[in-house]
Amino acid sequence: MTSAIEVADLVVHRGARPVLHGLSCTIPEGSVTGLLGPSGSGKTTLMRAIVGVQVVRSGTVTVLGRPAGDAKLRKEIGYLTQAPSVYADLTVRENARYFAALYGLGQAEADAAVRDVGLAEAASQLVGNLSGGQRSRASLACAVVSKPKVLILDEPTVGQDPVLRDELWAQFRGLAESGSTLVVSSHVMDEANRCDRLLLIREGLLIADDTPAAVKASAGTDDLDQAFLTLIRRQGTGVPAPRATGETSEVPS
Amino acid sequence: MILLHTTGRILRQLRHDRRTVAMLVAVPTLLLTLLYFMYDSQPGVFDHIALIMLGVFPFIIMFLITSIAMLRERTTGTLERLLTTPLRKTDLLFGYGLAFGLAAAVQAGFASALAYLLLDLDTQGAAGYVVMIAVANAVLGMALGLLASAFAKTEFQAVQFMPVLAVPQLLLCGLFVPRDLMAGWLQAISDVLPLTYAVEALQEVGAHAEPTGTMWRDFGIVAGAVVVALVAAAGTLRRRTP
Ligand SMILES: Nc1ncnc2c1ncn2[C@@H]1O[C@H](COP(=O)(O)OP(=O)(O)OP(=O)(O)O)[C@@H](O)[C@H]1O
Ligand SMILES: [Mg+2]
Repeated sequence: MTSAIEVADLVVHRGARPVLHGLSCTIPEGSVTGLLGPSGSGKTTLMRAIVGVQVVRSGTVTVLGRPAGDAKLRKEIGYLTQAPSVYADLTVRENARYFAALYGLGQAEADAAVRDVGLAEAASQLVGNLSGGQRSRASLACAVVSKPKVLILDEPTVGQDPVLRDELWAQFRGLAESGSTLVVSSHVMDEANRCDRLLLIREGLLIADDTPAAVKASAGTDDLDQAFLTLIRRQGTGVPAPRATGETSEVPS
Repeated sequence: MILLHTTGRILRQLRHDRRTVAMLVAVPTLLLTLLYFMYDSQPGVFDHIALIMLGVFPFIIMFLITSIAMLRERTTGTLERLLTTPLRKTDLLFGYGLAFGLAAAVQAGFASALAYLLLDLDTQGAAGYVVMIAVANAVLGMALGLLASAFAKTEFQAVQFMPVLAVPQLLLCGLFVPRDLMAGWLQAISDVLPLTYAVEALQEVGAHAEPTGTMWRDFGIVAGAVVVALVAAAGTLRRRTP
């Protein structure tokens, strides 16, 4: 399989602090890669570097054979920011149609994207009047509307109910099957299990880069939650005491 | 194409904000009416002041609206997202220019119609030139607003750039003290402020039946200032941020 994204020795400082310290990884084309790690570990920062909006100190990020942020990549990449970034004073439909237009797409594609995220009923509502979960789906619709070759989704399912989460993941899977490469950050282990590969980041270092099954095997457990804790604790210091397994499906932070 | 879609998007945002649209039209007309009654007993003074106000209102209002709109783009993350799409920086900047230029034309049209038809404003030159200069001023305010938004982190800061950028220009443009009566250094400052030329152009329309060379030169200077401000604003749109 060819790689869609290659990150080599990436060093990123934010503010005065180093956030990523020489991170390297390869993401295969047509796959769904889960990006996991405690809060503040650098997931969003890595995604920003892949999209090409992050100032990097050293190292390279290559997307579809071009340096990240290259003008030619802008047609091929979709980015869902962690905080919804849509116009609160436009309706859902107007937002989707505007972002579709930026890719030269028409109203039909925009309306389909709105339907796909389950907002058909709310399409003519102002985004400012939506619930939190609806608002992040409106933002998601604007990211997937162009069906880009590379889709970077920062916590796309936060605040969604299990039924919707399932539908959204089916949609991500469909996009990957049609050849798109997806990178999805999440705190939910049930979602990590649906990924082809997992990248586990802790304090700006990659501590696992494998399939969910292999990650579980290397930690010697069947439970991804538990595997996660094991791998993070194996890495050493400063990790808060783990909660009992089964009690939560969140990554400790 | 992206430019026109962006213009449409900005106008749609404006349309959803009915109160802002109403105020855009109502505020200048109400203030002009106030001036009319203030100078009731001093014939000629209203003509002088109202003419300049027709050019100054759009400048101030578009400056405020644009700096807040652009600050929102920055703080809500839509700007960062836009810059990851095929949109070019010029699409965004000229999109704002077209959208708010159009809004300013409507505003100046209403204000001029009121001033000429109901408040008996009298100028030697045609009202069309007044509207043209008013729109140029609005676009100048918009361009400076786009630029100012880069230096504001909050809306509180953004609105305070208005007095910083607009009030000195108003004080020194010749409205309060004729420019040739100012101290030399004040005149020198006044010489480099674009609003000075906008006001001079309006005064030319007030005093001459046909557009004068000075009016066209001043109009050109305002247009040049718009381009400079837009280029500077483009420089503040960074695709990569720390
Ligand atoms: N704009 C910024 N300026 C300075 N430091 C920042 C900035 N944004 C993030 N950081 C710091 O960079 C580190 C990594 O942040 P990042 O947003 O990548 O974490 P994350 O893994 O996405 O966390 P979360 O799961 O909470 O979203 C954090 O320590 C954070 O405090
Ligand atoms: Mg994050």
